[in-house]
Amino acid sequence: MSHAAGQAGQEAVHHQAPTGFIRKYIFSMDHKVIGIQYWFLALVAVFVGMALSLYMRLRLAWPNAHFPLMAGEGPMTPETYLSLLTMHGTIMVFFVLTTAPQGGFGNSFLPIQIGAADMAFPFLNMMSFWVTLVAFAVMIAAFFVTGGAPLGGWTAYPPLSALGEIGGPGQGMGMNLWITSIAIFCIGALLGALNFIATTIDLRTKGMTFMRMPLTCWTWFITAILGLLAFGVLLAGGVLLLMDRVAGTSFFIPGGLVVSEQLISHKGGSPLLWQHLFWFFGHPEVYIAILPGMGVTSQILSTFARKPIFGYKAMVYAISGIGVLGFLVWGHHMFISGMSPYSAIAFSVLTLSIGVPSAIKTFNWIGTMWKGNIRFDSPMLYAIGFVSLFVSGGLSGIFLGQPALDLYLHDTYFVVAHFHLVMGVAAIFGMFAGTVYWFPKMFGRMMSEGWSKLHFWITFLGVYAIFMPMHYIGIAGHPRRYADTTGVDFLQAMQPVHVFMSIAAMIVIGAQIIFVLNVFWCMFRGKKASVNPWECTTLEWTVPSPPPHDNFGGKFPVVYHGPYEYSVPGAAKDYIMQDSTEKGAHA
Amino acid sequence: MALLLALAITGITLVSTYFFAAKTWWLPPYISEYGDAYDKQFMLTLTICGVIFVAAQLALAYTVFRYRRHSGQSEYSHGNNKLEALWTSAAAVLFLGIVIAGTHIWTQAHLEAAPVGALQIEMWGQQFTWYVRYPGADRQFGRTKPELMKESTGQPLGIDPDDPSGKDDLVMPIMAIPVNRPVEVILRSKDVIHNFYVRELRLKQDAVPGLENRLHFTASQIGRYEIPCAELCGLGHYQMRTFLQVMSEPDYEKWLVDSAVQ
Repeated sequence: MSHAAGQAGQEAVHHQAPTGFIRKYIFSMDHKVIGIQYWFLALVAVFVGMALSLYMRLRLAWPNAHFPLMAGEGPMTPETYLSLLTMHGTIMVFFVLTTAPQGGFGNSFLPIQIGAADMAFPFLNMMSFWVTLVAFAVMIAAFFVTGGAPLGGWTAYPPLSALGEIGGPGQGMGMNLWITSIAIFCIGALLGALNFIATTIDLRTKGMTFMRMPLTCWTWFITAILGLLAFGVLLAGGVLLLMDRVAGTSFFIPGGLVVSEQLISHKGGSPLLWQHLFWFFGHPEVYIAILPGMGVTSQILSTFARKPIFGYKAMVYAISGIGVLGFLVWGHHMFISGMSPYSAIAFSVLTLSIGVPSAIKTFNWIGTMWKGNIRFDSPMLYAIGFVSLFVSGGLSGIFLGQPALDLYLHDTYFVVAHFHLVMGVAAIFGMFAGTVYWFPKMFGRMMSEGWSKLHFWITFLGVYAIFMPMHYIGIAGHPRRYADTTGVDFLQAMQPVHVFMSIAAMIVIGAQIIFVLNVFWCMFRGKKASVNPWECTTLEWTVPSPPPHDNFGGKFPVVYHGPYEYSVPGAAKDYIMQDSTEKGAHA
Repeated sequence: MALLLALAITGITLVSTYFFAAKTWWLPPYISEYGDAYDKQFMLTLTICGVIFVAAQLALAYTVFRYRRHSGQSEYSHGNNKLEALWTSAAAVLFLGIVIAGTHIWTQAHLEAAPVGALQIEMWGQQFTWYVRYPGADRQFGRTKPELMKESTGQPLGIDPDDPSGKDDLVMPIMAIPVNRPVEVILRSKDVIHNFYVRELRLKQDAVPGLENRLHFTASQIGRYEIPCAELCGLGHYQMRTFLQVMSEPDYEKWLVDSAVQ
């Protein structure tokens, strides 16, 4: 099946290699260039997001201090803090976590790993990047309009987000731009999702059955399906919210509101409707953020332990299970909202069930390394870090998934600890791992091992120092989204913890400069990379570093092996490439 | 490198676990009927997750160290279906067991009605303060009208003067309740979503405009407990704090009388 469809698919996308700087590097339809473009977008976004969080942490530790580059003469105002918080979350979730792992690495390597010349729809691919870039520009614009950026959190709950300026600074034009940016982003994401699904189904080369695909391809595929089904709902919700704000509708605004002594004329809407729409998207979104990182981790652990992935089939089922269950648990964000308590019970059972495929993956990652022969190059360090961080972050989910415990823990720092460890660190480590692993293939040069290792150590120890204490203050009842601890007596005892976390954050954020310098320096001056520096089995390591425009030079590979045939007894080397005709034990 | 990594993971695990075990920052003592069951379920979850945390991190650390680069070859294995089935079932039983074990707390809080005769109190949130309304001797809350809500003239809740049942309503900035008496709190909001949270009660609930979310509890300890807003409501969110004052029955009656006079 894959043979005929694959070959036909290749002819359909065949086009001449582009010439000229604009066609080659700016408006490119080459998935490899687009992947790098997405990756650079995420790099810019992550530095913006980190700068925002740095200021947040500075205010929390030293609320009365005045910081450089901050507007105004006095200490940071609480509304500024909240707008930093809102934009930090939004930029990180959308423009980093939903961009680099999927749009970045997925674009760069899905076609090559399945033996294709490009994505199924190269023009659509180019459009999805540029649409995403426009969305980013609109988002950044929110900082610069009157009133500044919105302050309702990345979750933008109405009525606060629906009322306009009367809700607070930044809730006027800033909020309109925020919604517009998100809506544009949704369109880009939907285009990208279509492309990934069509490519995976139709463009696999001969011999590349679904069950021989690298696990990276599985995660990109399932992530794309999640995106296709979830982003439409966010787009719809965003349109409705915008209409409430500018068109006089009342989807989310109930009657009888009095805000700052002003009567609001809207009526008939439900704030909880937004929460359902948002979280129906929002929960699959967090799996969109983590699944590609899991795929990269599997790929790297197997390669650097020189051992097949433990339980490939179980891993595929786990990825699919996480994808399906991910759509059935959104209510766990709403246990305390006034939603039906009966549905809370249903959601909690489903939520705890997601722990099962996650556990399978964790056991299998350790199982992959068990009785392996581990090489500690920097991709492997980041991948091992991913496993540790995912365990830490995932386990706090066991608390939060129980509505009984959520009665106390909801909206505390315990939640902030949970999602940062899984998204804001584990997923990021997936990106570090992917970057240093695939850098040779993307840019033809190696990153500096020494600098990567230094970056790994400071970051790995540092992120635990930042986020582990958040569990403790959460258990002590510290609410989230507080500009400082001055308003509540029981928070005073936790102020030293804030100072500790902020100092750790300053060190970790500073250390990211090492990563950036490593990337840019080595892009131009790094050691030239061979075709397969890591001795890895998958198809991208059969083509030059970097690959030619059509990846395989017109000769499509034929696949004879699964993706992780390492240390096969009797084989010539300790790895067998997927397109090798050498007989392995497992064809 | 392997040793360093194994030690780092082990060290992080031990330090993290220490602060959970030492309860350095912890839940305050409880004062409601949910507290005992809540804390037991919390400790059960913490213990199970703690064991998994330590076991998984140490297994990772050990594996990374034990199988660091050596002169031999890796084992060529695609997995072990028996082990796979074993730990999958164990995880399923454990996780589902935990959630089922704690469900009774949830049903007690939200699927059981407040006891008959519970003292009903309305808790109103607005940007950025709380108003607590008592129904008075007639046990009826007067009708409120949004167009009458004017804080500046002392009418934050807009109680309709034409409604006789509102005449004896009392609106206060703090919530005082008698000890050992069942209370039902009806949560309301004038503008955006706020959240009523008292750590010592082990309870939290959103106050959503347009809804009347309810909580019921019986406080068992006299004292003053903070009520910080726990849902982002705007720039004053972090300062939207009032108090739950639990008093003896006689003190509570006196407080009601004194407050009405003012």
